Amino acid sequence: MDLFEYQGKQYFARFGIPTSAGGVADTVDEAVEQAERAGYPVVVKAQVKVGGRGKAGGVKLAADAAEVRTHAGNILGLDIKGHVVKRLWVEHASDIAREYYASFTLDRAAKKHLGMLSAKGGVDIEEVAATDPDAIAMVHIDPTEGLDAAAARRWVDAAGLDEKARGQAAALLVDLYRCYVEGDCDLAEINPLILTTEGTVHALDAKVTLDDNAAFRHPEWEEYAATDTEDVREARARERGLNYIGLEGSVGIIANGAGLAMSTLDVVNQVGGSAANFLDIGGGASADVMAAALEVINSDPSVKSIFVNIFGGITRVDEVAKGVVEALSRVDIASPIVLRLDGTNAEAGREILAPHLSDRLVAEPTMVAAARRAVELAGGPR
Amino acid sequence: MSIFVDERTTVVVQGISPTSQGLYHGLRNRDYGTKVVAGTNPNRGGEEIEGIPVYATVAEAVEATGANASFISVPPRFAAAAIIEAAEAGIPFVVCITEGIPAQDEALVYNRLVREFPGTRLLGPNCPGIISPGKCNIGITSGDIALPGGPVGIVSRSGTLTYQALHELSQQGVGQTTCVGIGGDPVPGTSFIDCLTAFEADPDTRAVMMIGEIGGSAEEEAAEFIGSSMTKPVVSYIAGVTAPAGRKMGHAGAIISGSKGTAQAKMDALAAAGVTVAQNPTEAGEAMVEIVRKLG
Repeated sequence: MDLFEYQGKQYFARFGIPTSAGGVADTVDEAVEQAERAGYPVVVKAQVKVGGRGKAGGVKLAADAAEVRTHAGNILGLDIKGHVVKRLWVEHASDIAREYYASFTLDRAAKKHLGMLSAKGGVDIEEVAATDPDAIAMVHIDPTEGLDAAAARRWVDAAGLDEKARGQAAALLVDLYRCYVEGDCDLAEINPLILTTEGTVHALDAKVTLDDNAAFRHPEWEEYAATDTEDVREARARERGLNYIGLEGSVGIIANGAGLAMSTLDVVNQVGGSAANFLDIGGGASADVMAAALEVINSDPSVKSIFVNIFGGITRVDEVAKGVVEALSRVDIASPIVLRLDGTNAEAGREILAPHLSDRLVAEPTMVAAARRAVELAGGPR
Repeated sequence: MSIFVDERTTVVVQGISPTSQGLYHGLRNRDYGTKVVAGTNPNRGGEEIEGIPVYATVAEAVEATGANASFISVPPRFAAAAIIEAAEAGIPFVVCITEGIPAQDEALVYNRLVREFPGTRLLGPNCPGIISPGKCNIGITSGDIALPGGPVGIVSRSGTLTYQALHELSQQGVGQTTCVGIGGDPVPGTSFIDCLTAFEADPDTRAVMMIGEIGGSAEEEAAEFIGSSMTKPVVSYIAGVTAPAGRKMGHAGAIISGSKGTAQAKMDALAAAGVTVAQNPTEAGEAMVEIVRKLG
């Protein structure tokens, strides 16, 4: 789960990582209130989970209340790469002397934590990595050892941060590592991490991705989950406990298993169609789950056909077939459905389905054939 | 032959009770012919459930039965401790199918195993397990869709795509030596390369099917290994060509980060290493059947 900047900064604060004084605003009036509290000049920042908001006009400096009103009014409702701004973060504007970069993430190849620190911050780090890799000081951290103050200090020295920033930066990195580990982050990134003209170091931005698997030990994440998605389809699926990702196409997808679901999207694409979603209903496929999945897909107006792709392992296909028939008796589906059922007891499953087949419920023997049929029913290949 | 598990493998099921997932899957594995010799439960030491003797700890189970593999399907919050318990008891092969373990726990457990318990191999987590058809099945793979006798070894990050591969090969009369699900999490205990190394060394395995997906660079690393160190033919399929960047596609490890971890990059690396790269699971099955027919 990705956090908004303001949530990331609030999360940082839990671990003692300094940020600019500021607050959240959903209206122009609230923005002025927050600006008065933070002290002018302030920066008014659009809260969207997408990069490039500065270039899109989503970050503005304001010297007084009148300017806050103007900018907040312009930014609220602004469409930034498909993300409509509903919330602002208003913070005291810092006098920036230097911009750095700092992050922790998991290096899957090394199977250790990777810390990246650079004296060249405030720009796209992937670009720095490509054009000037020596500008990034990388450290691999063994999770059994962690990051102590001395190692952090050596790292800061290696990165060549300004002398007067080094002590504060090292301490901040130890806190950021703690935030990353104890806070169960997939990514904890500060870009830019700044040195102010007054000589203090703090986080000017916050990019935090939380590991959904750790939600069970973080009750405080519930507030983030509430704002996690703007996609109504995804919100609806989450309510039903489904593993769903909304996409742009016209073929609704239901599959069991993440790999098979991904593969189903690919095959639909290969035959000239495009998927409206990713939906993994897990290893089993009970009538309840199938009905919930069909409901979510049925509520998506861009869906023109539905491709149900099930491979029975432990869950036998005849049971899946019964689940499909029962789900269809409960939910009134607008789009034609193409079924591909294979695996354990596939024959018995097909027999159960046979009397229910029609031009609205079609069975195909293979994934590719089923994908072709689903794409045809959705209006043909592109 | 087979890799990692065979007819001499004896299994202790960790976390066994009349209603546990462990018992359900353990009994299925036993029905298949797997030697399930013990279960563990701190509150049920001395009991017997469905004919399986229960011990309070893995160490006691190992002492009493000599179990040389363990099977873990406990909930995520208990999984890391269960893996370490098995390692401390000296179990050389631990299969953990649990899905949803926090990445921080996984990274910590992986590095603890490397440092403190180099004699323990962890398979998973978040995997379907391992089956050497006709010999041993630990996990949730349906034994019905596997065919004994080889000559194909299968290694995969995805459960259902593994079943699909087994099924397509079995239907064509092409058997398997061992089918290993390494799991869809970011820090798998056993890697593609571990499995490819074992298949390369196994005389009965004559070709390998490798099923990958988006996220990380394990497929690229495997491609390098195949190019430099494998003589046996490899067929591969990579899921997620059309997956959007930045989203976890069902598996915790299936995510394109920035520009890294795309299916296309993986397919390109594998093709460059001489691997037959299929566009979908069916095509992969067909390509493998043809390779096996040519091997005679």
